[in-house]
Amino acid sequence: MSGLIVLAERCTACGSCLGVCPFGALSLEGDTVVVGDQCNLCGACVDACPSEALRVERPEATAEPDQATYRGVWVWVEQFQGRACTISWEMMGQGRRLADELGVALTACVLGHDVGHIAREAITYGAERVFLVDDPTLAVYRTDPYAAVLVHLVREHRPEIFLLGASARGRDLAGAVATDLHTGLTADCTGLDIDPETRLLRQTRPAFGGNIMATIICPKHRPQMATVRHRVFEVPPADESRSGQIVHVPAIMPEERIACRVADFVLESGQVNLADARIIVTGGRGVGGPEGFEPIRELAEVLGGAVGASRAAVDAGWIPYAHQVGQTGRTVKPDLYIACGVSGAIQHLAGMQTSKVIVAINKDPEAPIFNVATYGIVGDLFQIVPALTAEFRRRLAR
Amino acid sequence: MHAIVCIKQVPDTTEVRINPETNTLIREGVASIINPFDTYAIEEGLRLKERFGGKVTVLSMGPPQAREALKEAVAMGADEAILLTDKAFAGSDTWATAYTLSWAIRHLTPFDIILCGKQAIDGDTGQVGPGIARQLQIPQLTYVSRVLEIDPESAHIRVERLLEEGREIVDCSLPALLTVVKDINQPRYPTFMGIRRATRMEIPVWDSQALPEANPEYLGLRGSPTQVVRIFHPPARSGQATLLTGDTPAQLAAQLADRLLADKVI
Amino acid sequence: MDFALSEEHQMVQRMVRDFAAREIAPNVKEHDRRQTFDRSILPRMAAQGLLGICLPVRYGGAGMDFVSLGLACEELEYVDTAYRVILSVHVGLNGLTLLQWGTEEQKQRYLVPQSLGEKIATYGLTEPSAGSDAIGIQSTARREGDHWVLNGEKMWISLADVADNFLVFAWTDQEKKRARDHTGMSAFIIERGFPGVQTGTIHGKLGVRAGNTGWISMKDVPVPSENMLGREGEGFYIAMSALDNGRYTVAWGATGLIRACLDASVRYARERQAFGVEIGRHELVQQMIANMQLKYDTARLLCLRAGWLKNQGIRNTRETSLAKWHATVSSFECAADAVEIHGAYGYSDEYDVERFLRNSKGAVIYEGSREIQQLIQAQYALGYRKDRPLRCEMPAYDPVAWQQEA
Repeated sequence: MSGLIVLAERCTACGSCLGVCPFGALSLEGDTVVVGDQCNLCGACVDACPSEALRVERPEATAEPDQATYRGVWVWVEQFQGRACTISWEMMGQGRRLADELGVALTACVLGHDVGHIAREAITYGAERVFLVDDPTLAVYRTDPYAAVLVHLVREHRPEIFLLGASARGRDLAGAVATDLHTGLTADCTGLDIDPETRLLRQTRPAFGGNIMATIICPKHRPQMATVRHRVFEVPPADESRSGQIVHVPAIMPEERIACRVADFVLESGQVNLADARIIVTGGRGVGGPEGFEPIRELAEVLGGAVGASRAAVDAGWIPYAHQVGQTGRTVKPDLYIACGVSGAIQHLAGMQTSKVIVAINKDPEAPIFNVATYGIVGDLFQIVPALTAEFRRRLAR
Repeated sequence: MHAIVCIKQVPDTTEVRINPETNTLIREGVASIINPFDTYAIEEGLRLKERFGGKVTVLSMGPPQAREALKEAVAMGADEAILLTDKAFAGSDTWATAYTLSWAIRHLTPFDIILCGKQAIDGDTGQVGPGIARQLQIPQLTYVSRVLEIDPESAHIRVERLLEEGREIVDCSLPALLTVVKDINQPRYPTFMGIRRATRMEIPVWDSQALPEANPEYLGLRGSPTQVVRIFHPPARSGQATLLTGDTPAQLAAQLADRLLADKVI
Repeated sequence: MDFALSEEHQMVQRMVRDFAAREIAPNVKEHDRRQTFDRSILPRMAAQGLLGICLPVRYGGAGMDFVSLGLACEELEYVDTAYRVILSVHVGLNGLTLLQWGTEEQKQRYLVPQSLGEKIATYGLTEPSAGSDAIGIQSTARREGDHWVLNGEKMWISLADVADNFLVFAWTDQEKKRARDHTGMSAFIIERGFPGVQTGTIHGKLGVRAGNTGWISMKDVPVPSENMLGREGEGFYIAMSALDNGRYTVAWGATGLIRACLDASVRYARERQAFGVEIGRHELVQQMIANMQLKYDTARLLCLRAGWLKNQGIRNTRETSLAKWHATVSSFECAADAVEIHGAYGYSDEYDVERFLRNSKGAVIYEGSREIQQLIQAQYALGYRKDRPLRCEMPAYDPVAWQQEA
């Protein structure tokens, strides 16, 4: 019998568990708790029960017998048009830390064409070994040839941990690789650490739009795979004095077996990528209409930042979806986030509250945005924002 | 043209609030909806059917209540719906979910295209789509923002994918699995005719017996490589905003500029 | 006895809720501020089948029942009153009246395009100097050969400047007009294109500013005989039976407005802090919330009962009037309390509740003022008023017949 078990003799029907269930699967019937079909066995209720009346029974999965033979931490180094993506160096920083804790080596996987320089760069960021797969079929990212190489390498070299950035490509690739390897994959992690007793990777990630956090392990399958959210971790300093080994590996899927061809790539020029912006100025419901974004744009321009928007402003059709910050939009972590006329609904906060410095400008002193702000100004954004633009233009001489 | 659309019923997380005293979720009155990204997948499937004929089948794995989501899809115009529900499926992680769905899809062949939302708003993983594609050994096209060309005859598709740096145009063969983003279309509403059809439709329910080829070891909690070991609520941010005061907007701006320059964020 | 909405009703409710949230809510504040009516909503409502929601499929409708009509009204007014008003006049007062009283020819010619939303329709009874006193209208129709010639002015007509077709009432018997004998009144279908028809918009209303309200002027308008609805002298009965359906939509709409006030107030009461706690913890705020809940539930139950009676084909003048009276008066009270809960913010248009308050007053007045509804209730109770059978009764809702193709 597996599933969520209610020990009726211990349950006092106190109801403590009902509210913590993210799926609303628990109810009281008579003097005990009843588990509904919505239960997905997350275990939130187990911790909440004061009488230890709840338990998640897990069936014994068949462990891979040679689990212990998997050693080492790997990172996939994502590149776009011959340049490494910063998210990959963030992964290297985490990979290095985890490898040191486990006392194992850190390996980087660099795939592309004419990307030898990235392999060398990976060493400066902490890799002891780099698998360099340099082949014309890998020049542009495509799922099939990339996944084929990585699956092959993992099967041969058996790492215990494999990290990828939670970018569009990283998620695409990780999902494919983990499926083929029949191993666990945790998406979009914001915390990674090692359980000292079991050596297991504890992967922490937000769910429910950031309303709850879940810690996830992968006890019986290897490697333990995770994608990690952009800008949660710092890029470590590059150290030119480091040395490491570059291992050349051939690609294994010939062009004629690859189903996809990338015909073109349209760079979104002129727009600052929200995910990479160091400064974001966001407009919310308070801007009142499409023209209300003008002062927001001007301030963003002076600061060299990107323009963000709350869901309310996007839903109203004032600005395209690409600008939306929050749960259903982009998750951002800029150095400076200036929220103008944003009330701070939970789904917005979920997408920006890890920003380094948050400035809130809002007429309503009770707006929830002030609860996460570093600096707050209570006032009319149409007066404050132009004043800020003028001030920064003067100080930054722009 | 046979399009299969995989959908998930989720709580409307935009409605979920936190009780500040207990720091727990308030779910009361939070409706169950079709995962918003999946509605774009349904719409895209319906548009393909309108262009090429054929049918749209919607598939969902979940508790019996997920029937509502399937009915909604039928009310929008989907032709057939199948609910995968079984205690044996409970607790599936993304690997087990993709495994189970892929076995169901094998019973629905032939198909030209599988459509999924880019991710579900409760889990936010985006892994099930790629998982299904790999299980079925068909190409995957994730984050699709436009179907530029599609020809079921020559089994060719050209799509635009929305990536961080811009838009990628990709050619691919069919059958393929697409995960779609919000930009792709504007989903239609259910129609009155569709609503009547949906309420009168008996939605077939498939349990693990209906998938005899699937390895029971790979289903549900037992078949899930990952385990949730702890659920907790993120600590609320301190709530110690420094309120700036001044008589004029210019004074306020000057103060803020001082602080931000001192913090070295500008 | 069953208090649950059927699966079909729940799906209708979700669909209209979603429609209103996506198609109407984003721009409603703007239209309200500028006092502009968003004509683009009409083709979108038409495409969705809303403009013929409870009319039979063979007359271009969607074949749903009266409860579906009510649920749609609730969801539309939850966002803004102006959009519920469209259903009230186009479907409630005009379409259903044609269904009840029209000849097959009239139904084919007018009801079909209206239900499909190709033509928009409204209803003109009220005049500059005759509101509650319907028999006091001054419009006249005189026979000239094979047609009628209409003269008069209609006022406070919703969609006056938008509608293509108008159902108007006028005296066809001058003797009876003088004697205030309502059997001298008749009903006519007129088209915007008829010579002598002119319309205009009234600005400066307290509420429903996103809606179109105006006047219709008829100067020697020739109306073909076949455009008389019902028989000569039946106009008053037709006007009153139309109100049974119009009031029904108004009652449901007001119920939606109450829910909007309740939701906004609950949200705000949980966000806003005062005296160190969220204001929902203050008992006087709780009292206002409790009242809103009471009024929402009671109004909705009265509406559902009226809808059930209509589906059964049972006369419901009293029950509909009661629902309309209770729901509209309650919506005004709830909106006032919602503003109170929001404090100074409620008084500004940054929040929706000031609009709810302005919108709520109209329905207390039109389609039978609060006072008229009270008279109706009292007269039924005292036995001064009884329902007499009508020559044309509204048929009971029969899903098979309603959904039959032509």
